[in-house]
Amino acid sequence: MSRHRYTVFTAVLGTAVVAGCGGGAQPSSGAGGQPGEGTLTVSAAASLTKVFGELEKRFETDNPGVDVVLNLGSSSTLAEQIVHGAPVDVFAAASPATMKTVADAGLAGAEQPVFTTNKLQIAVAAGNPKGVTGFADLNKPGVITVVCAPQVPCGAATEKVEKASGIALRPASREPDVKSVVNKVTSGNADAGVVYLTDVLDNDAKVDGVSFPEADNAINDYPVTALKNAPHAALAAKFVELVRGEDGRRALEAAGFGTP
Amino acid sequence: MIPGAPVRDRHVVGVGLPRVLWVPALVGLALIALPVVGLVVRADLARFPELVTGGAALSALGLSLRTAAVSTLLCLLFGGPLAAVLARSGAPGLRLIRPIVLLPLVLPPVVGGLALLYTVGRTGFGGRVLELWFGITVPFTTAAVVLAQTFVSMPFLVVSLEGALRTAGERYESVAATLGASPATVFRRVTLPLVLPGVGSGLVLAFARALGEFGATIAFAGSLQGTTQTLPLLVYQVREVDVDGAVALSLVLVVVAVLVIAVARPRAAEGLG
Repeated sequence: MSRHRYTVFTAVLGTAVVAGCGGGAQPSSGAGGQPGEGTLTVSAAASLTKVFGELEKRFETDNPGVDVVLNLGSSSTLAEQIVHGAPVDVFAAASPATMKTVADAGLAGAEQPVFTTNKLQIAVAAGNPKGVTGFADLNKPGVITVVCAPQVPCGAATEKVEKASGIALRPASREPDVKSVVNKVTSGNADAGVVYLTDVLDNDAKVDGVSFPEADNAINDYPVTALKNAPHAALAAKFVELVRGEDGRRALEAAGFGTP
Repeated sequence: MIPGAPVRDRHVVGVGLPRVLWVPALVGLALIALPVVGLVVRADLARFPELVTGGAALSALGLSLRTAAVSTLLCLLFGGPLAAVLARSGAPGLRLIRPIVLLPLVLPPVVGGLALLYTVGRTGFGGRVLELWFGITVPFTTAAVVLAQTFVSMPFLVVSLEGALRTAGERYESVAATLGASPATVFRRVTLPLVLPGVGSGLVLAFARALGEFGATIAFAGSLQGTTQTLPLLVYQVREVDVDGAVALSLVLVVVAVLVIAVARPRAAEGLG
């Protein structure tokens, strides 16, 4: 936990250093000092929290002496940290667009393969008291719907569904990330929220999921890369292998992620 | 001139400041000012007019100003008397109340928002009563934004005002009372003029805090253009796809804050609080 904070701190410090230089320079590491030799820093989209937590344990068992530090957050924040010189080894993003930010800065590894996909689902209170059966029901009178803001991947996907289906939603709120949409539903303040299938499974005690065929129009791709300036290049490549391998696929599938 | 008001007495010889204080003072100033300079340097000033006059930006700015103004007013209406009670009433148990008043300063704003959500949200006890008796749902409304802002900014007004009341002391009030003034007259003619600078600085602080409010608002009120999306919320969302745009928008907040503090009784802000 303290290491996690430390990473974020270094990233912030790195940002400050870059800003101080006028935004041009690329320090190769954070000014606050390098993480230890056997520390692998993995920046991963918040939706991967559970799966990557499992893979972290797996990797540490398979590679004694290596400490995997997960830096979890919104993909765009993580990409921004990397662009500003955060010493990160592996980046797993929830959208190709955020991976592109890193690639455009010349910092991504040679390959940025899509390792999994995620699909939208409607989260409703357990038992579905408002009888939501499809995407169009989100506009039913008396149903309070919340969605993600169009600037984040889940919101972009929701917008895609709206366009493809011709159903323009009238949400009560466009939340900054998918977890706050989930929270509005689990706390009972919204009747329905458009979230990922993985979020529904993650909260299956409190919410039910309603699938809708239009979701197939907006599958979200998750790319991963071992960063070009990774402080631990060999370990980084190994972690990407784990994510894309049999163990990774199994953990992802169990959480509700799809195969690309 | 009000007797006892905090004026600089011209007959007192200025003692001056130990020079050594300048060094940490300048470091402190740099710590605050430099990041703002960094913000301005980073901002794409050519795109500034286009970015800040967009529909979403104007709507967010207008909403921010309106909600912050209402919140500040609520802080004065309820926080003012609260400060008076804390400073003057001498009631037992005040020692336990003061930490409660300061809680919003310590709580991460997001947690404050969740606390509001669990209290006056649809499933909270307050929210159930409101919905059942009045048919009112608070979350996702502009009222929720005001409530969140009032929650986080109230302590600023209370602390400023209570400090002013304590510094002013009760001597002049006692004198006025012994000369036959009623409590209402004492309050209006003595207490109020004495603590006015404290009220001023408290109002400026509360307004500034309400204007910059983010965490409690997003957790409690949600974010919808024109209804609940204040400028800080818009900045956060724009940042996801367009960092330069977010920086430009946040500069609007900086400008508004500077204007408020410079125009709205600058002497009050320097006052007792």
